[in-house]
Amino acid sequence: MYETDRRTPPVLFHYGEGFRLETLPAGSRIVYPPEPVPALRDERGAIARALDEPFEMEPLRALLRPDMKLTIAFDDISLPLPQMRQPDIRQLVIEQVVQLAAEAGVEDVELIVAQSLHRKMTPAEIRRAVGDRVFRAFWPERLRNFDAEDPDDLVFVGTTDHGEEVELCKRAMESDLLVYVNINLVAMDGGHKSVPVGLGTYRSLRHHHNVKTLLDSNSYMDPRHSALHRSTERMGRFLADKLKIFHIETTLNNEAFPAPYDFLSKRAFEWSFRDQATYLALSSGLKRMKPATKRKLFHSIEAPHRMTSVQAGQTDAVHAETLRNVHRQQLVPVQGQTDILTMGIPYVGPYNVNSVLNPILVVCMGLGYFFNLYRGAPLVRPGGVVILAHPTEREFHPTHHPSYIDFFDRVLAETTDPAEIEKRFEADFASDPWYRHLYRNSYAYHGVHPFYMWYWAAHAMDHLGDAIFLGGDPKTVRRLGFRSASTLDDALEMAKQTVGLHPSITHLHCPPLFLPEVTP
Amino acid sequence: MIALTFSRSVPRYLASRAAGRVAPGLVASTLAPLKLGHVDEPDLPGPGWARLTPTLAGICGSDLAMVHGHASFYFGPLVSMPFVPGHEVVGVLADDCEDLPAGTRVVLEPVLACAARGIDPPCAACGSGHVGSCERTANGHVAPGLQTGFCADTGGGWGEVLVAHRSQLHALPAELSDEAAVLVEPLACAVHAVLRAGVLEGDTVLVTGAGTMGLLTVAALRDLAPGARVIAAAKHPVQKREARRLGADEVCDPASATRHVRLATRALMHEPERGQPWLAGGADVSFECAGNPVALDTCLRATRARGRVVLVGLPGASTIDLAPVWHRELELVGAYTYGRETGGAHTFDLAIDLARRIDLTPLVSARYPLSRYAEAIDHATDAGRLDSVKVVFDLAR
Repeated sequence: MYETDRRTPPVLFHYGEGFRLETLPAGSRIVYPPEPVPALRDERGAIARALDEPFEMEPLRALLRPDMKLTIAFDDISLPLPQMRQPDIRQLVIEQVVQLAAEAGVEDVELIVAQSLHRKMTPAEIRRAVGDRVFRAFWPERLRNFDAEDPDDLVFVGTTDHGEEVELCKRAMESDLLVYVNINLVAMDGGHKSVPVGLGTYRSLRHHHNVKTLLDSNSYMDPRHSALHRSTERMGRFLADKLKIFHIETTLNNEAFPAPYDFLSKRAFEWSFRDQATYLALSSGLKRMKPATKRKLFHSIEAPHRMTSVQAGQTDAVHAETLRNVHRQQLVPVQGQTDILTMGIPYVGPYNVNSVLNPILVVCMGLGYFFNLYRGAPLVRPGGVVILAHPTEREFHPTHHPSYIDFFDRVLAETTDPAEIEKRFEADFASDPWYRHLYRNSYAYHGVHPFYMWYWAAHAMDHLGDAIFLGGDPKTVRRLGFRSASTLDDALEMAKQTVGLHPSITHLHCPPLFLPEVTP
Repeated sequence: MIALTFSRSVPRYLASRAAGRVAPGLVASTLAPLKLGHVDEPDLPGPGWARLTPTLAGICGSDLAMVHGHASFYFGPLVSMPFVPGHEVVGVLADDCEDLPAGTRVVLEPVLACAARGIDPPCAACGSGHVGSCERTANGHVAPGLQTGFCADTGGGWGEVLVAHRSQLHALPAELSDEAAVLVEPLACAVHAVLRAGVLEGDTVLVTGAGTMGLLTVAALRDLAPGARVIAAAKHPVQKREARRLGADEVCDPASATRHVRLATRALMHEPERGQPWLAGGADVSFECAGNPVALDTCLRATRARGRVVLVGLPGASTIDLAPVWHRELELVGAYTYGRETGGAHTFDLAIDLARRIDLTPLVSARYPLSRYAEAIDHATDAGRLDSVKVVFDLAR
């Protein structure tokens, strides 16, 4: 935490595929991410130990036998962010699991990307995640994306005592053992959210990916107070009687940006001469670049994330240790809420890796993910204002986000109220045959996905008095139901109409990702 | 009398066409083949004709195409010059006309068919009541002219007096305002188009172009095909507002019309490397009301196989990919004017009846005296952007 004074240099705001330097009023607080915690010295050794000494389960090698059906599911391209340098954690873990399976003589092994309703990963993306050896050995017959709309690969498992339907990947359900390989980037991830969501269908997801549940998740980065997690836990425990799951969870440190982009992680007053020169060169270069070139440059950034822990075994026991390690890296104590919370929205989020951060995803990033980065209480007080910086142009990736285009043009033209949107439009989009076709046969997010992104922001919309898009395209922002401002001074003046003339201001310097623990 | 006259002048016509691309405001000025001045009142061509003094006369898309130099040369043989434009006319009879006494408030049915031309026996089309399809609009004792407003002998609505045949006159009920009455002619075109289209209960219908014709087509659809789901593609806020008011179930931007229809009909969409996307499935019927090749292309691509595309707007010469017509066996249907519809009713009677039941007056956005014709035409050219729908000349001032 840092408090600005008159000598504080301008502060870096992420601004999509660019940056802004903004001068915050004296007395503003800046919440910075913690320093990276030390990584594991021997990642491969730690993985081997986790597989041999799991929590509350037998060692993995003892669970393997030649005549068994083994399925290895793993997190998709939405994790981690930005994409990490190779070798990817998934590769390191999967290689050892496959090795153990081979040693045990298991022949029926299948690897599945647990991407649920996200877009399918391309062969190149899968190869990058699992590594060349695994890819060559299994692709394409025994390494594939999950298809949540393939009736031949789905099975209805049953209903929880809360009436939640559980429908899952048939191959996984019919396996003698399901090994799930996770990357736990934030506290929302992992645990029982992995299998029932990652290998689940719309029929299942609609029970927790809905407005009511997300309004009752305060926040969904804090599983103890998240209705979303309570629902997935019920589903996970319901599954536990019917499916043996060996969970492998990993955590990362927050080294999100490699040199020369590492200045993005630093505090403004820590910038060296080299950092300042790099920023100036990068900014002026970006101004001259074509949009496609800029996007390519940003998405080519590979995070030097390193593994800080790996644990395996029974889901609950594993996830408790995982969360402890996530918190060890990410928790930042913050005293008191703020009237105005400022933030810069970066170029990448979970749903636009190698793609476009379209206006709906901007809302999801700012008012969904960043707003919900808290334990205890939101960083901004009830009725407060969020100022988020992003160009917010009306731009969509036609292959990845076809239903987003119609959501923007058709749904948001009618209403921006999440509950009304859910009631009037969700079912049609979720069952639309064209979206289904594109999800199954191309690289499109499921038809219902933009709805979930909107619901993700429902808690913020309910909590806040206003949200102002700094530097956002006015027409696009208006369609989203918000207002834009061209300068930070203008945005602050607009915010004062809501929170009064002498507001407290806090800036969230994110990414790298972290988790403020807020004491009101 | 004072009138606006359109004369044959190839240089002025070409100048208008060129100016229209760079400076639309110039087309109605000295460059245009359109002049305001004193002209002789038209003579009565024969029995059954009477003088009519227009009260309001609309500026139609076809008038603008002519002024801007974009009218199709196809119509050359059916026009005689110089002529006074204006075929959307409400006015008062200056003379007795058969059963209609002088002073009767009437709306003009502008088609100059066999009856008006003194052709007896009439052509096959007129004989069956389809006067809009008259085969003799260049014959008889009246100069060539497919309608009043394109004929050298009759005058037109953009002048103080015109002459009209009894077959062209429809007496108006007292409760119908002049503003509503001046829209009866385009409303009759819309009614005819909807009846030509054969829209069925439950059909999804796309209407592209939300100028006067598009909006009146929406109104006609709502009345004559109440069980249809009507999607209107409208560009400007006033058009969107009026489309909703007149009964469109959904309104979208023209650029997203195909996607909108796809979503509504749960069709599949194909996106070729070049050109607009097209639907496998789509609207049952589409109405192209803008006379715009891009909008027509949208209709062809957003209409389901064996569906129907109705041309309501006046299409000029254009290049358009007809592969969808061939591949999806589309029916391309023209809808020009009016006449006797299936069931025996006259289109104008249906239109007058409909005009009594809906409020058309908000569509008349601006009234100009003839002396400000350049402003009027400029306004009509940019009507949507100026938050307007129909611009009319007010000859009663």
